[in-house]
Amino acid sequence: MAETRSGPGWLWLPLLLCGAFLYVPIAVLVAMSFNDGGSAYSWDGFSLRWYGELAGDERLRSALATSLGVAAGATVVATVLGTLLAVGLARHNRSKLLEAGAMAPAILPDLLLAIGLLGFYYAIDFPKSALTVLVAHAAFGTAFVVAVVRARLAGMDLSEEEASRDLGAGAVTTFFRITVPAIAPAIVAGALLVFTLSLDEFVIAYFTAGPTTQTLPIAIYSMVRAGITPEINALATVLVVVSIAVVVFAARTVRTTEDS
Amino acid sequence: MRTRRRSATARLVLLGPGLAFYAVFVAAPLLLVLAYMFATRGRFGGVEWTLNLDNFTRAVEPLYLDVLVSSLGIALAATAVSFAIGFPTAYAITKLPRQWRTVALVLVVVPFWTNFLIRMYAWIVLLNTQGLLNDALVGLGITDERASMLYTPGAVVVGLVYVYLPLMILPLYAALERVDPELLEASANLGASRFRTFWSVLLPLTLPGAITGSILVFVPSLGNFVVPELLGGGKTVMVGNLIRDQFLKAQDWPFGAVLAFVVVLALLALFAVQALVTRRVEGETAHG
Amino acid sequence: MTTDTWLPDVAAPPRTLLDVVDVSRRFGDVAALDSVSLTIAENEFFALLGPSGCGKTTLLRSIAGFEQPDSGAILLGGEDLLGMPPNRRPVNLMFQSYALFPHMTVERNIAYGLEREGLPGVQVRRRVGEVLETVGLPELAKRRPKQLSGGQRQRVALARAIVKRPRLLLLDEPLSALDRKVRGDMQLELKRLQHEVGITFVVVTHDQDEAISMADRIAVMAQGRVQQIATPLDLYRRPANLFVADFIGTSNVLGGRLEGGSFHSDELGALPTAGATGPAGPAHLVVRPEHVRLLPEPDGAVRGEVVDVQFKGGSSHVVVGVAGLARPFLVSVSGETTVRRGQPVSLDWSTAVVVADELV
Repeated sequence: MAETRSGPGWLWLPLLLCGAFLYVPIAVLVAMSFNDGGSAYSWDGFSLRWYGELAGDERLRSALATSLGVAAGATVVATVLGTLLAVGLARHNRSKLLEAGAMAPAILPDLLLAIGLLGFYYAIDFPKSALTVLVAHAAFGTAFVVAVVRARLAGMDLSEEEASRDLGAGAVTTFFRITVPAIAPAIVAGALLVFTLSLDEFVIAYFTAGPTTQTLPIAIYSMVRAGITPEINALATVLVVVSIAVVVFAARTVRTTEDS
Repeated sequence: MRTRRRSATARLVLLGPGLAFYAVFVAAPLLLVLAYMFATRGRFGGVEWTLNLDNFTRAVEPLYLDVLVSSLGIALAATAVSFAIGFPTAYAITKLPRQWRTVALVLVVVPFWTNFLIRMYAWIVLLNTQGLLNDALVGLGITDERASMLYTPGAVVVGLVYVYLPLMILPLYAALERVDPELLEASANLGASRFRTFWSVLLPLTLPGAITGSILVFVPSLGNFVVPELLGGGKTVMVGNLIRDQFLKAQDWPFGAVLAFVVVLALLALFAVQALVTRRVEGETAHG
Repeated sequence: MTTDTWLPDVAAPPRTLLDVVDVSRRFGDVAALDSVSLTIAENEFFALLGPSGCGKTTLLRSIAGFEQPDSGAILLGGEDLLGMPPNRRPVNLMFQSYALFPHMTVERNIAYGLEREGLPGVQVRRRVGEVLETVGLPELAKRRPKQLSGGQRQRVALARAIVKRPRLLLLDEPLSALDRKVRGDMQLELKRLQHEVGITFVVVTHDQDEAISMADRIAVMAQGRVQQIATPLDLYRRPANLFVADFIGTSNVLGGRLEGGSFHSDELGALPTAGATGPAGPAHLVVRPEHVRLLPEPDGAVRGEVVDVQFKGGSSHVVVGVAGLARPFLVSVSGETTVRRGQPVSLDWSTAVVVADELV
């Protein structure tokens, strides 16, 4: 809608209520992470002791390392495959079915992919590990990259690529010198998306991880199930800060690459 | 012709790797799940490939049918509550000054990028008998004694709404943002009350966005097993829990596959409705 | 030879550069090109003119290599073009959208094609500098396409194409993205450049004014077929069919029959044909507004009543309603006119054309 002159008036109410609903739980978590006592409910004075515990938690640290490795690997695979697929779909394909199929894994219920992959790894007798999680994450990640990059290609002038060919460039030169720079913001956005989705993904990881493999969400899951401890609050605070930073960084990156 | 062959090469190089990857790690696993439905459970997990149709009759036994119906109910409730919160919020955001709209949208999205399990943990803390919400209710004199709000179907609905609300707000915002404010002014000018304008003009025009949002909330809610487990405490069992248990605990994969198939059927029915409604609304726009 | 005096039928016949032989291309049920044949001479400024969907852009893209004809041949200097991918053809295209690479500066855009030829850097820089001088933009070398005006973008696109020194330069609606005022200047500029760089130009346009004022010869196309190829003057004076007559300039058209050298209008009976000839049979009489004389006394060929008078600056248009005709007659008079609305007048003409068919 166009700029309105009248202020929001009564519309402040839903904004405030929704804001409270979204942020009060997080605010409570963050506040209680600085609680000196062992309770998640009653305030016993300010302390950073739970951050100390967190820093010393060997299990969480190795889970984080596993998650970062899985996310990085899945991002590389998904970004390469997804970008190629998106360009192929936009330039060398007329089948609507293929187009929908290439994005389908993004909207597939995670539980379905999870049980499918569990069965598949079992059927080919492939031992489950961090690698099997990486491949699983790359599978749905590719679909997200396709969706983001494909949307960008739809807005791109086809004649730029034709102009490159017309000026004497071959298909490969045209791809790397014209197509990739034009869709670079979308590739970066897609990669960021896959990385954060993979870091956060629990259901598929839970089904495809090996018995000794712990990604960060799997570790958090067992902590939460084991009961309430302020260490989770400290971890939550760190994750909230990181996710805000990532969102802000992503918004900036996409904007600056688009400006240049 | 040489140029045509070149284009076939480009097709192969661009589409080949991704499609091959999908064929192995998406299509094959899904086909496997489909095949499991007709197989017999293996003794130690896995399946034996002897034809067995009992899985289907088992799925309609009252015990499982109840779970299926209550799962649909909970997912539906979560979708309805999300819409009830999401619509006024999205509408209010469209009325903000331009620079504040972006800020508001980022604020809506930030919790979504925070770990899902952590967000559930926050609600465990809040809803607990010793939790903050009980403190507030008793302190304000709304209730006399502390009630256990955790481990109820209501808690599961709240958890699902909390997790998926941004997925409702964003498409609603996109749809509302496209509505020409002059249409609303025209409606008022023609004598419609605010409610009539909302009901007859704004809502129909934003219906495709509302349906997209509803699907984005409903789909992950229906198959969810983490929220019912953490906030429902095992008392509220949803179909997702059943499926998980068949694969990871009971080791009855064929039955789990049938349950998953039922969920997929429900979702496909939903997509069909979406396609129908979107076409109708867009058809009306084309004629108008 | 200069473009002003160049005529296709004087002195030694110019050397043929491009030969389009019987080219056809179908998209589903639609024939975008239906057995199109034409030849374009060395150093010619040639225009493909027609309404949208007539096949002119498909022909242009077939020459550039972005469409594959279903049949026929396209030869450049006797060499077959169709077997070559677009990047190997000694032909360059200036795109309608200009298709400047948004992530490269003006300089990089222009250098792009030269680098693909593997020219050494020094030479690339020298030629980029030269061509920027030619199009009059040396100070904009470091700018991005986004920072340029429409006219400047057009010049950069042109520079990027001509810097490769193609044997043939194709221009797809080169002026359509420009303001009306800039367009006139660019028409002159394009002619000057073509003369200066000595490259054969083929322009696709739907704008008859543009084609007439720039091109040495024009091919008028409709429904995938070439209707007529001629100089602008010939197209105007001797249109081959009704479509060309209607498309080029303004005309008054009457349906009827040609019999024994005289034209019989369906509505008005025998009319002066002013020496126009043709085979007997159904035909159309085409009279240009400026060839019609207004006579105050009722002794002209056609009688009518003035419906409207429009003063157009250098001339006046008098609209004359004629009983029996669905469309009024348009008469162009230089300067002012004394006739008033409602005045009975009669019309006569000294020049007219008779065409037989609507389309080829």
